[in-house]
Amino acid sequence: MIAKGKAFVYGNNVDTDVIIPARHLNTSDPQELASHCMEDIDSNFVHKVAKGDMIVAGKNFGCGSSREHAPLAIKSSGISCVIAKTFARIFYRNAINIGLPILECEVAVEEIKADDKLEVDFKKGIIVNITQNKTYETQPFPPFIQKIIEADGLVNHVKQQLK
Amino acid sequence: MGMTMTQKIMAKHAGKEIVTAGELIEAELDLVLGNDITAPVALKEFEKMGAKNVFHKDKVALVPDHFTPNKDIKSAENCKILREFAVEQDITNYFEIGEMGIEHALLPEKGLVVPGDVVIGADSHTCTYGALGAFSTGIGSTDMAAGMATGKGWFRVPSALRFHLTGSLKPPVSGKDLILHIIGMIGVDGARYKSMEFTGEGIASLSMDDRFTIANMAIEAGAKNGIFPVDDKTLEYVKAHSTKEYTVYEPDEDAEYELTYELDLSQIPLTVSFPHLPDNTRSIDKVGEVEIDQVVIGSCTNGRIEDLRAAAKILKGKKVAKNMRLIVFPATQKIYLQAMKEGLIEIFIEAGGIVSTPTCGPCLGGHMGILAKGERAVATTNRNFVGRMGHPESEVYLASPAVAAASAIAGKIIGPDSV
Ligand code: SF4
Repeated sequence: MIAKGKAFVYGNNVDTDVIIPARHLNTSDPQELASHCMEDIDSNFVHKVAKGDMIVAGKNFGCGSSREHAPLAIKSSGISCVIAKTFARIFYRNAINIGLPILECEVAVEEIKADDKLEVDFKKGIIVNITQNKTYETQPFPPFIQKIIEADGLVNHVKQQLK
Repeated sequence: MGMTMTQKIMAKHAGKEIVTAGELIEAELDLVLGNDITAPVALKEFEKMGAKNVFHKDKVALVPDHFTPNKDIKSAENCKILREFAVEQDITNYFEIGEMGIEHALLPEKGLVVPGDVVIGADSHTCTYGALGAFSTGIGSTDMAAGMATGKGWFRVPSALRFHLTGSLKPPVSGKDLILHIIGMIGVDGARYKSMEFTGEGIASLSMDDRFTIANMAIEAGAKNGIFPVDDKTLEYVKAHSTKEYTVYEPDEDAEYELTYELDLSQIPLTVSFPHLPDNTRSIDKVGEVEIDQVVIGSCTNGRIEDLRAAAKILKGKKVAKNMRLIVFPATQKIYLQAMKEGLIEIFIEAGGIVSTPTCGPCLGGHMGILAKGERAVATTNRNFVGRMGHPESEVYLASPAVAAASAIAGKIIGPDSV
């Protein structure tokens, strides 16, 4: 799968409280969550984001609470993938489990600038910065996790098991 | 190469002799937890999975604690989803407000977690039960759904950092100061994907309530879990609260730790975390003049009886500063009642504070004490992220109950010796 879009660039330790503030957690409706996505860190995000766009961030993206509402809000806002130096553990699991593609790539994050046009092949882990004409390769997922992704998330993976 | 305590528990639950760091395993679960925010999402996924019944009606715990007593219509509907599911599935451990508490204080108190258990919870502070020598970790709603349906969960076996403790804390320094100090030392991602294993003779001097506070905040260093060895104090606690069978695991003598930190507990200072990350710590003498509007004492980190006693000791016979809002929320109904019997509630109210029914409420900026733009709070909770307790331009300072109580009296952040 290949996605194309522009980059939204953020720093280190973007926590789930700024991705989707708790005051909006009384709903789990993806569209409603998306309408508040990144609200406390970037109030322009929801107005500027277009389908296919990507979030690029530093270390420990998604730290803090276990709310699955965070990757859900990001996915429903139209973001096609998150590229970070590293991810916080629970966010990493949640993203895989709900089918939000994520990639860890330190060099790419250091070089990508806001609004750069990117093209990402998640299966192969290849990031192309069209604006800067640069290509980066990242680690593919371990086989066990690939199985979950191939099943299109944990729900279907378990569905197959329960049959 | 030997295994750490966490690895031994995981190996046993995965039906293996040995596991090594980095390995992916599937493990049997002893308990699956969810709350009023995460469980409604999980129940949708549960249905999508085609699951009909939970794997074991005694091994699922549902605790409506975040926006309860229902703060608005949407919260009420979420709780209703939980309640109806609990009734339909005949879930033993569903707790209505009269018998509830904040999940991570409630589950150990109800005896639902014992040493050697593997517990997952759709709440990041599920790591709290490591205080009991269990492997427990936070996961998301979809993981919760899969756990409820199959009784199993997938894990990557973590490597470990060892925190070797000697000596004993000098009161009024508490477990909260120790864990804030550690997070300040290693950073909010210092233990990312790893276990934090506590060892050493210093542990004997830590009360169970201190250990719960410390394990609770392992996630604030990015850890998968925090875990304490099982000693006489643990067993005394377990026997007083549970009839479940338990297993005591010990790390192998040649267990592999990525790093060992030596900490002399007598050297730990009163510690405060400044906005907007828990690792932004300062010892109390370096705090300077920070005026505050609100003090919050409670949460799954510091809402236990010892925490309330520590705060009451300082507030007794004193008044909070003019225009100060002091909010105390005991973590469970049992703790609330105990505090009442001991006269602690009276002390808080006479000092000019208010006491709330158990709820997560202000801790996550939900209700019962939201901050306005520019306001500052000292809280005994575990997170001080941007907007955590209200307006994105408000500030949260994390501290122990003793420091929080003293600060309420002074109207600024101050150590208990100064009031
Ligand atoms: S008290 Fe705070 S940290 Fe603890 S479970 Fe509730 S919201 Fe989470």
